[in-house]
Amino acid sequence: MKTIAIASGKGGTGKTSLAISLLQANMDRSRLLDCDVEEPNCHLFLHTHSVSKLIVNKLIPKINEDLCRLCGKCVKACQFNALALAGKSGILVFEELCHSCGGCARICPAGAITEVPVRIGEVVQSQMDEGMELTTGTLVVGHSTAPTVIKAVKNSAAIRPVLFTLIDAPPGTSCSFVAAVEKTDFVILVTEATPFGLNDLKLAIEALEILKLPFAVVINRSQNEENLVKEFCDQRGFRILMQIPESRRVAEFYAQGKSLLEAMPEYKEPLRRLLERCVA
Amino acid sequence: MHKTKTLKIAFSSQGKDLESLLETRFGRCSGFIVADLQSMEFQWIENSQNQNAAQGAGIQSAQNVIDSGAHVLISGHCGPKAFRVLSAAGIPIYLSEAKPLFQLIELFKEDQLQELKSPDVEGHWA
Repeated sequence: MKTIAIASGKGGTGKTSLAISLLQANMDRSRLLDCDVEEPNCHLFLHTHSVSKLIVNKLIPKINEDLCRLCGKCVKACQFNALALAGKSGILVFEELCHSCGGCARICPAGAITEVPVRIGEVVQSQMDEGMELTTGTLVVGHSTAPTVIKAVKNSAAIRPVLFTLIDAPPGTSCSFVAAVEKTDFVILVTEATPFGLNDLKLAIEALEILKLPFAVVINRSQNEENLVKEFCDQRGFRILMQIPESRRVAEFYAQGKSLLEAMPEYKEPLRRLLERCVA
Repeated sequence: MHKTKTLKIAFSSQGKDLESLLETRFGRCSGFIVADLQSMEFQWIENSQNQNAAQGAGIQSAQNVIDSGAHVLISGHCGPKAFRVLSAAGIPIYLSEAKPLFQLIELFKEDQLQELKSPDVEGHWA
């Protein structure tokens, strides 16, 4: 089994469109993990029914006010600004900012801090009538620790054996992007042939080079085979797996909740070969 | 607000003296001027460490205000997390536009400033 992440620096370049179409074109041999946990949306394009749900917790500090001496050492130790010492009101905990490092509990000289679980998200496994499988992670609004939920999604076991696990990654190049792509076998970077698309593609490539992950590029909504992203990739020797032309038909289908593949069924074979080329 | 003799006011400030303008951002201001209403002595409290904080700038800025010993805060805005910290510490918040601090001291003495009873801006990540 190979894990392939579909990522991009810039948002809105077509990660989800491509991920869903890859799943549909490879329905006999792949499953999809929606790791864009701050705004999961793959389920909008797939007719699924839930088969299981897992709650994701993280540990946060709980202050025993009888033991707390108001020394403030925990506040200084917290690297995430999740604690404050508000005079006689004592220690305030901002659980949505806590990264569960446990430093506050360790440093407390009075032993006043214990760590307790709090719900930050859920992982829902669902299936389509065809047996295809979608696993969706959702972060509770206001919480900042997307990577914890992303890891839980990636740890979920497949219901049926598949050749390819596809990951719809969050945009950007921050912690949640890293959590989604790390330990995958290959990353497909979806971009568009615009200056913004190219700029953010470069950032994503820099991150993947540090992570030592193999990758290749898909140019979406391409208006011309020769474009600034292709020029950049040719120059730097990065592989372009596919160029998907700009198409009003695809946009109209998308607006109705239908995928790229549904708009252009002729992409089925190229999308099957695309996955094989990623791991060849 | 009762005006006791030792009342100290913290201002989010654009500069390091009482001629400076109020900085209307709270969590990401570069520093606070803490002024004693009685003696008119003041000091600068650095807050630049929170300007680049990934998160929780308002909370730690509120912590700096508490640690400065101020009894009152005057700033331009206050979000929900900082509001929670300052309220718990019993520090009232008054709002103003970017005016010189010496003017604001007078306005405060004349009860011309509006006390903030709930956060006036949403929480945010930047």
